[in-house]
This record gives sequence, structure tokens and C-alpha cells, in this order.
Amino acid sequence: MTLELIELSLTAPGADAPLFAALSLSVEPGEVVCVMGPSGIGKSSLLAHIGGHLARGFRTTGEVRLDGQYVTALPAEKRGIGMLFQQAQLFPHLSVGDNLAFGLTPKLRGRVARREAVREALERAGLAGMEDRDPATLSGGQRTRAALMRTLLAQPRAILIDEPFAALDTGLREEIRSFVLDHIRAREIPALMVSHDEGDALAAARTVTLHG
Amino acid sequence: MRLAGAILTLVIGAPVMIGAALTLATAFSWQPGLGRVDLGWQGFVDAFGAPGILTSLRLTLVTGIGATVLSLAASIPLARWLVTREAAARWLTPLLAVPHAALAIGLAFLIAPSGWAARLVSPWATGWALPPQVVTVGDPWGLSLILGLMLKEVPFLTLMTLVAAAQRPVCGQMAAGRALGYAPGRVWTRIVWPQLYSALRLPVLIVLAFSLSVVDMALILGPSNPPTLAVRILRLYGAPDPAQAVPASALAVLLLAVMAGSVVLWLAGEKAVARLAKALIQQGHRGVSRGNWAAAGLIGAGGALALGALGALILWSLASFWRFPDALPARLTLERWASADWAGPALTSLNLAVASTLLALILAVLWLESEDRSGKRLHLGALIVLPLLLPQIGFLQGLTTGFLWLGLPPGALAVTWAELLFVFPYVMIALAGPWRALDRAHLASAASLGAGPWRRLVAVKLPMLLGPICAAAAIGVAVSVAQYLAVLLPAAGRVQALATEAVALASGADRRLAAILALMQAALPWAGFALALAVPAWWHRNRRGLRGGAV
Repeated sequence: MTLELIELSLTAPGADAPLFAALSLSVEPGEVVCVMGPSGIGKSSLLAHIGGHLARGFRTTGEVRLDGQYVTALPAEKRGIGMLFQQAQLFPHLSVGDNLAFGLTPKLRGRVARREAVREALERAGLAGMEDRDPATLSGGQRTRAALMRTLLAQPRAILIDEPFAALDTGLREEIRSFVLDHIRAREIPALMVSHDEGDALAAARTVTLHG
Repeated sequence: MRLAGAILTLVIGAPVMIGAALTLATAFSWQPGLGRVDLGWQGFVDAFGAPGILTSLRLTLVTGIGATVLSLAASIPLARWLVTREAAARWLTPLLAVPHAALAIGLAFLIAPSGWAARLVSPWATGWALPPQVVTVGDPWGLSLILGLMLKEVPFLTLMTLVAAAQRPVCGQMAAGRALGYAPGRVWTRIVWPQLYSALRLPVLIVLAFSLSVVDMALILGPSNPPTLAVRILRLYGAPDPAQAVPASALAVLLLAVMAGSVVLWLAGEKAVARLAKALIQQGHRGVSRGNWAAAGLIGAGGALALGALGALILWSLASFWRFPDALPARLTLERWASADWAGPALTSLNLAVASTLLALILAVLWLESEDRSGKRLHLGALIVLPLLLPQIGFLQGLTTGFLWLGLPPGALAVTWAELLFVFPYVMIALAGPWRALDRAHLASAASLGAGPWRRLVAVKLPMLLGPICAAAAIGVAVSVAQYLAVLLPAAGRVQALATEAVALASGADRRLAAILALMQAALPWAGFALALAVPAWWHRNRRGLRGGAV
């Protein structure tokens, strides 16, 4: 499972020139690549485009290929590309457990099995027994870990990470980062991360810088 | 997307257009049901030649424009006082929820010469042993009608001002203005409020259109001979001779012209006031800092009238025997509640409200969700604005005829559809803001987990929007229960709802039954708003991220 970007470029609504020079990149399974660049260059838009969440009005060129399949024409929910957002984006109306259950792949059947999968994922995230908690009561680090588990339970073929550690305290950031990246590597899926943070770049296998 | 637009146009737009077109045709003597298909001006000639028509026209203009100007003027200091007091602003909701007819009946029972107010101060202060020979309710200038309209419209316009203010840095601007030495009242009226007015224009025009064409309040509080144009039209439609529908429709066309003229006049007035205000601002007078006495006076007077009206209704509904000038009935009893048939009309009103509100919610979700899926806005604003800006009396009678032709006989179904025309716009307005403000990242997040559009709608959007949906439903119920003409005309006597029964009894001898029906008419929307607060609060009781901002 390889994530390939082929001559990818984005032009913002109303703009004449693309946000950054066309990007070609191949991310191997288990590899975490960090995309850096000045703010406003379009790092978040790049991830949104790969994941299928780009706002209407953007013009795009190039292709995204995942596991040999062109995915640019697919709707977001059919791409199998998980996404970790800066603000974990746990659904506020669902309990922590139901948030994970929402993500859990429908291929796993049976109420007991599904509940067990959620319980196990929470345990691995250090959130054992927090099924019924209101997501609004979790700490920042707990939220990030719960969001990662929710994403992994969907069994994505690739993961995109949009500065998920920026909102965390410096001390905690290190710990959560290695937790997240270790889990992704263990799954052997490609991951693309955008960040401002030097620490993120060092933790990644490779760094790519966007140029205007 | 196309399908959604077609459904909305067919369900909401078509009835309004058909009703208005048939009214217009009837005004030109086109009555195929009576075998008359020769067009002519006779209807207009008859209508304008009727005795007292100029008085009716004057009454409509004075009450309609007067109530709008005074309500807007009163809302300015009130909004300034409430903008920093969120808890107090919540008290606007119960007043907003009271149907016009119920409020008008309560007000009539309060301020009539034999009303509660006169009884409270007689005979010790006034010396009246009998009701005084003065005209209050139904006065020839329509002052009681203006007062009644203001009690409903001041809260509405104040709330709209607060909604507009919430989206702007009001506190910062107030601070900046005061740091330059301006009195707070000056900063509000000259700097902040003018910026909010652009958001108030549509609500003000709705208020203007409503005041010029109101029927139920004018029947209860307005003069009866000659009455306002709208009431005159209703009487002609109700005449035993169906040929009277021609001058009635001609008057409806006149009323529409009066409304259009008033809107043009209003927009021209806006420009003049703006020019004047600009000149005032350039003078740089700082004004004198003093308490917001205008707001205090308005809250005192409005509160006294609202509570007095409610009190008069409650007392009359419980009165066994209440002789003038006793301040209270001789004995309070539940006898009338036990014997009178108020449950039937109440149940009818409830059924109509639930049906029309559910349909309106479905249409609103259809509209908003199809916008989400196509990524384009549906340009159907006219469907929201038209039913609220056209005079109800100008298209509901035509619509009743149209329903008949389409094979829909007068009855509950026709009434539900007619009510939907007015319920839908308010439900749509209430739901559209929160729906479009929903954090799109949650939806992207759901999509990245493999949830398709249907699952995103059912599992993420609708539950996250439970609070706003309940609030919109409560508004829908309040609008539905308040409908008078939309029940009276399409029902043709076959549906007895609270509004029609209460208005029919308002001027009659049975004050007790009228009071009971008016109280029930007010109670239904209150129950709706209470539920709209309670249901999401209970459902999301353990969800801190969703608390607040329901109603």
C-alpha cells in the first residue's frame, strides 16, 4: 500500500497562480513523511485535497494514487484515507465509546465483538473504561489518542495528519507524538503529516518542503 | 438538488401564486363558478364607492405604519439595555410565543372601560361605580390596535436586533465610543444601531406588511364601523352573496397596493433618516450620560400590560360572578373549565401544529441537505419572503378556491397546507443559521471514517443540531397555533381551532369561555418552547460540548 502524489498542485478560489510548485511524492507503507513550508502555502489544503475534503472552488491538477488506484474522483468516504485533525474533532453528541464505534469498520460484525474492539482500542490508548465519558471532559492528549483510535478502527489504507500535536503542551507533545506515530508504523500504512514543528519533522522518516 | 427545488416550489410557492392569481382574477369579476367570465372594473368601482372606504384606508395606514414606527423606536433603547443582559433577554420568548389573538383578547379584557385596569382603580380613585362612557377598545383612531401590535412587535424587533448584534463587536465599539467621550445612548443610536439596521430591514418590512394586513387583532382591538381594510375584506368574503367576492378581491388588490406603497415610502424614509443621522454624527455632540430611562419605562409599561392581560384572562376564566367595579371576582371556580368545550379546539390546534411543523421541518432539512450535497445555494428566498410579505387575506381566499378546483375540499388537510405556507418560512429561518454554522470539520471527519452522505446526515448532523431543530419546531408550533385566516378560510367552517373559536367569542357575551380559549392558545406555544428547552438539555445532559444555544 503506497500513497503516491503525482504532479499535484492546487489553485485557491479566485487566485491566478497555484499555491505551491507541483508536488510529486511517494510514501511507502509504514513510512511517515512530514510536509513543511511557510504558513499560507496550502499545507492543510493539500491534505484536504488528498482526503477528499477540499472546499469547492479550488482548481486542482495532478493525481493521487493509493495502492495503485486513482482516488481523486472518489468521494471522501470511499477513499479509505483516515485523517487526524488539529482539533481532534470527536463528535460532541456521542460518548467516547460511541465515537470509536462510529469509526469501527462495518466489516466487524456482532454487537459483542464490536464492543470488545472498542474496549481494546481504548485500553491501548490508555483510556480504559472511558466508554461512557463525554468527549468534552477529556484532556487534550486523551482527545488526540481517542481520535487516533477512532481513525485506526476504520482500517484506513493511509493516514493524513494535520498538526494534531500543535495544541498540546510541549512536554506532552513528545509522548503523544511517539504514541501516534508508533501505532501508524505498526499498521504498515503510509502517513503524511503537515507541521510547523521541528520536533515533528525529526520524528518523521523524511521531510518535504513546499515552495511557492 | 433539482428535485428538492421543484418540491419546495410546488408545495410552498405554487399555492401562494395560485391564490394571489385567483384573487386578482376575481377582482376583475372573473367568477367561472357563478358563470361570470367577462372581465371588468365593476368590482373596483363598487369597492371604492362603499361608504367609509376612505376612513378604512386611513385606519389601515395609521395603524400599520404607526405600529411599525413606534415598535422600531421602542426596540432601540430596549435592545441597548438587553444586549449586555442575556438572562433578561430570555423573557422576550414567552411574549413572542403568545398568539396575537390571545394577547389581543387579554389586552381587551384589561383596558376595556369595564376591564380589569378600570376595576383595579375604581371606585376609590376614579369614583366610577359603572364602567365609564369612554371608548378604549375599538377606538376610532385604532390606538388600542396599535398598542396590541406593539406588544407583539417590540419583542420581535428587539430580538432581531440582539441576533444581529451578536455577530458584531458591539462591546468594543461601545467602549471605543465612550472613550471618545460619547454618552452610551449616543454611541448605541449613532454608531452601533445603524450598523445593525441592514439586518433588521427584512424583519421591519415583515412587521410593516403584517401590521397593514392583520385581521385577528383588528377584529378584537380595532374599530368595527368602519373597520380596517383587511377586516372589511374578510366581511365581504363572508357575505352570503358570493358576488361580494368581487369587491372583496378588488379591495385585496388595493390593500396589496397600499402595502407596496408603504414599503416604497419606508425605504425612501430610511434614506432621509440616514442623511439626517449623518449630519447629526458630524456635529460631534457627546450627549449627556444618564440612565437608560426609556428602556426602563418600556419594560415597566410592556411588562404591566403583558402581565395584566394574562392576569385578566386567568381571572375571567375562573370567575363565577364578577361585578363592576370589584377588583377581583366574587369567587374563583374551575366550573367553566370543567363544563366548556375547550379540549376539542385545543386538540385540533395541536394536531394542526404538529402536522404543519413536521412538514415544515422535513422541507427545511430537504432544502439545507440538498444544498450541502450539491455545494450550491438554492436560490428560493422568495419562498420564504413572499408568504410573509403578501397580505394573507390577499391570497388565502383565492387559495381556498384553488384547492377546491384541485379536488381538495375545505377541511383539515387544506388548513394544514395553508398553515405550512407560514410555518415553513419561520422554521427555515430558524434552522438555516445553525445548520450552515455547523463545524464542517466534523463532517469531513465522519467522511474520512467512511461515513457516506446519509450516515453523515442521520448520525452526525441531525443529532448535533437537535437543539436548533427543537427550537425551530417550537417556533413552528407557535406560528401554527397563531394562524387565524389560514384556519378560517380554507376550513370553511369545518375545522374549529383555538384561534377561530377565540376570535369568534372575543366580542361576545361569554368572556369566560373566550378567556379559556385564549389561555389555551397561549399555553400551547409555551409548552412547545418549554419542551424545546427540555428535550435537548436532557438528551445531551452529559455532553458539555453541545450545551447552550438551544433557544
